[in-house]
Amino acid sequence: MRLTQRRVYILPTRAGLLFALSLVLMLIGSINYSLSLGYALTFLLAGVGVVSMLHTWRNLAHLSLRPGKADPTFAGERARFHIAVENAGRLPRTSLAIEWPGQAPVHFDVPPASQRTVEVSLLAGKRGLLRAGRFRIFTVFPLGLFYAWANVELDLSCVVYPQPEQGRVALPAAQASTGEGAAAGSGEDDFAGLRTYYPGDAPNRIAWKAAARSELLLTKQFSGAAAAELWLEYAQIPDRLGVEGRLSRLARWVLDASMAGMRYGLRVPSLEIGPAIGQAHRTRCLEALALYGIAP
Amino acid sequence: MNERDALRVRDLAWLLLSVAVVIAPHALRVPVWIAVFCAIALVLRFETGWRKKNLPGRWLLTMAALACVAGVLLSYRTLLGRDSGVALLILMASLKLLEMRRSRDIAVVVSLAYFISITNFFYTQTIATAFYTFGAVWLITATMVGLQHRVQAADVRRMIRVSGVMLWQAIPVMLILFVLFPRVQGPLWGLPQTQYSGKSGLSETMSPGSLSELSLSDEVAFRAQFEGSRPSVKQLYWRGPVMWSYDGRTWRTEPPRAAATGDARYEALGPELRYSVTLEPHDQRWLFLLDMPAKLPPGSLLTADLQVLNPRLIRNRLRYEATSVTAYRYGAQISQSDLRRALALPPDAAPRARGLARDWAMESSDPRRIVARALDYFRSQPYVYTLAPPPIEGDATDGFLFETRRGFCEHYASSFVVLMRAAGVPARVVTGYLGGEFNPLDGYLVVRQSDAHAWAEVWIAGEGWVRVDPTGVVSPQRVETGLAAAVPATDPLPLLRRTSAAWLRELRYTFDAMTNAWNQWVLAYTPERQRNFLGSIGLSNVDWQDMVIALFVATGAVLLVVALAMLRRFAAPPADPAQRIWLRFCDALAARGVTRRLHEGPRDFALRSGTQLPRLRARIERVAKLYVRLRYGAERSAALAAELKREVEAVRTA
Repeated sequence: MRLTQRRVYILPTRAGLLFALSLVLMLIGSINYSLSLGYALTFLLAGVGVVSMLHTWRNLAHLSLRPGKADPTFAGERARFHIAVENAGRLPRTSLAIEWPGQAPVHFDVPPASQRTVEVSLLAGKRGLLRAGRFRIFTVFPLGLFYAWANVELDLSCVVYPQPEQGRVALPAAQASTGEGAAAGSGEDDFAGLRTYYPGDAPNRIAWKAAARSELLLTKQFSGAAAAELWLEYAQIPDRLGVEGRLSRLARWVLDASMAGMRYGLRVPSLEIGPAIGQAHRTRCLEALALYGIAP
Repeated sequence: MNERDALRVRDLAWLLLSVAVVIAPHALRVPVWIAVFCAIALVLRFETGWRKKNLPGRWLLTMAALACVAGVLLSYRTLLGRDSGVALLILMASLKLLEMRRSRDIAVVVSLAYFISITNFFYTQTIATAFYTFGAVWLITATMVGLQHRVQAADVRRMIRVSGVMLWQAIPVMLILFVLFPRVQGPLWGLPQTQYSGKSGLSETMSPGSLSELSLSDEVAFRAQFEGSRPSVKQLYWRGPVMWSYDGRTWRTEPPRAAATGDARYEALGPELRYSVTLEPHDQRWLFLLDMPAKLPPGSLLTADLQVLNPRLIRNRLRYEATSVTAYRYGAQISQSDLRRALALPPDAAPRARGLARDWAMESSDPRRIVARALDYFRSQPYVYTLAPPPIEGDATDGFLFETRRGFCEHYASSFVVLMRAAGVPARVVTGYLGGEFNPLDGYLVVRQSDAHAWAEVWIAGEGWVRVDPTGVVSPQRVETGLAAAVPATDPLPLLRRTSAAWLRELRYTFDAMTNAWNQWVLAYTPERQRNFLGSIGLSNVDWQDMVIALFVATGAVLLVVALAMLRRFAAPPADPAQRIWLRFCDALAARGVTRRLHEGPRDFALRSGTQLPRLRARIERVAKLYVRLRYGAERSAALAAELKREVEAVRTA
């Protein structure tokens, strides 16, 4: 979306009003004391003030904004949106900011004839499709005397997975999928190594000692589940947890199973995803949980 | 954000530098403790910012503020005057620095910095001050630009350039407002009484040494511009205080007595001279007009002895127009009381001079003969005209006439009048300025304090008051050419009065003409001058409403020009010819519903648009291929460009 002249509004800031007040005082002083240079200085500053309004407006006008990608996230965490801001003209745009109501603004610059991707994060309250909604792009550059802004609504949305259930939650029993024999185990026994933390990993699997040594959170991985096949079923979960509680547990299961490297499938009312492994499968399952019961 | 990190050290340094620059001119005028206090506050604030320390607490600052108020009260005995107000302002600005944390405080400090810069004009409004203040404003504005760089600290060159561009664009607005903003004659309220001491100039008294001291000053007393031909220097007797009463050493003016109708009756013996004078403030009431005043400046008052007085003390530069005749006859009638006063001498003053005068009176009773006899005496005796007369012991007149014989104009005028009165010829002392210097660059006559002069007037029955200048007898050059040629080379003359250095004189003429133009057009732009100027550009009889309308129209026009110049720069950088054709091609496809996405290169776009517009597919692919060759390939042939153009036209019209 392009910020045409009409979309950009401008008003003086508090500093601008203070500046205007000082100019009035300076003018009165110049009249009272017949200070010719006082008049000149007052008028010069008045000119600077008015010109700075044009500069502030120009700093914002004729930018193009486009929605960028938004990574899925879990409910209760922050969703990160990307907005591409393009400056096709020859002027560097300095100290722009994007702000959602009630959130701290994100400041950025856009050099001439280039494009910047601005990352903003919003709290993802509940699962489903989070729409970013209207936001404001504003600037007070160059003098801070005027505030120019435009209200923008882009097609920015992000899938919010259900919050994985916390605490000790055992995976349902795996079934032997092939004729080779019983399952190798629940995948809890043999320590196989460390991998980086994914949101949703159970806290008791986090390698706290290792985390204390390095900056990264690491999760302990256990082997022994490679051959297991698992069905994660909505129907297996007791009713008392409610819809959201059951989805939470399913999400936790998906994460745990995926982490353990098991083959798993998902069954929710009206949808069945066959057993598979891998990131794409995991994403597909979580997305199904996120959008469960929500009209597309 | 942590409050200590809110202000980058570099921004802080710029801010403190700005405040230091606007306070600096005041630092030389305020009591030392204030200057020291401000300097400490600045250094302290920089140190806390640099080392990321905590700012002083609120109660400490409150105590400091109260102490400052008390200090100002002690130093100035008031809080209300102009000087104490300025002192308070810079102290409070320094304190504000010490509690500057958030952006709101910074905005206050910036406004204060602008405000302090205007207060300097209370004291000086020279060209140099104007340049200094412009530099200060530029610095403050650049600081503001730096403060607004939120992502990373600004490049210094960019700060200076962005603020410079804004100042440059503001200058036309300033000029329009300066010319058209309806001027109001100040003051809006009573000006606080301010000490105007230290203004040099003529005064109500004259004693030996007072004028020779004044002559050491290069300060401009006034400037005059003549209509028509320039008079010669020896005609230029600028009349100032007229002194009647003598106490044996000091001459004094009488309380001003308005001229009765007969007093100023004169007979012109030559043409009238019309001129305008721009008088520097001297904190007295005299307006200096050429002898003798014919047409007075409006509102002024003429005394019986032809002094011209302003209704108020002259505390601002004042411009007036007047007419004089340099050859005249006046004062044929004299009152008995004036006659008595013009002959009065203290009984014990100048016994030897009185003896000499009595001898002359015995020889002849004709006052003309007595005057000639006295002038002859000055001519024949070894008198020296000097700026550095030796101190006189005993009686002032006798000591000079018979002992030291070295003196400046006040010695000659004073002793001449004493001699005349002793011989029975009514006489009085007139002080003022003699001559001046024409600036060849702008044609103005510049009269400096060093041109101060004293002469005598004697009253002769049948002729009236006649000017006699005994200095002219002793030193004809003083009257003919000026001071520098008249005094011995060893005298301590102000540097600029030395005539030897030609280049110095040229420089002085240039500087003086600039100062004069500045005074006439910038500083003396009064309501009256504004009316005259607007009249001269064809806007006569405008009232303030018209001025405000003109103001808005003109300012709006300037801003429109600036805005249009800005709009032009919104466009993409000028494309090369191939790119221009390509963009036209993209527009043509956009009109058909296929808009190129920003990330799409020519090949991708051609592929996509080709599938969406199968009818044009072949052409689109050719265009893309040609464009890629032209823009990214090594060859830049005109034939290729023409081909591209043809293809694009074909797509457009297809």
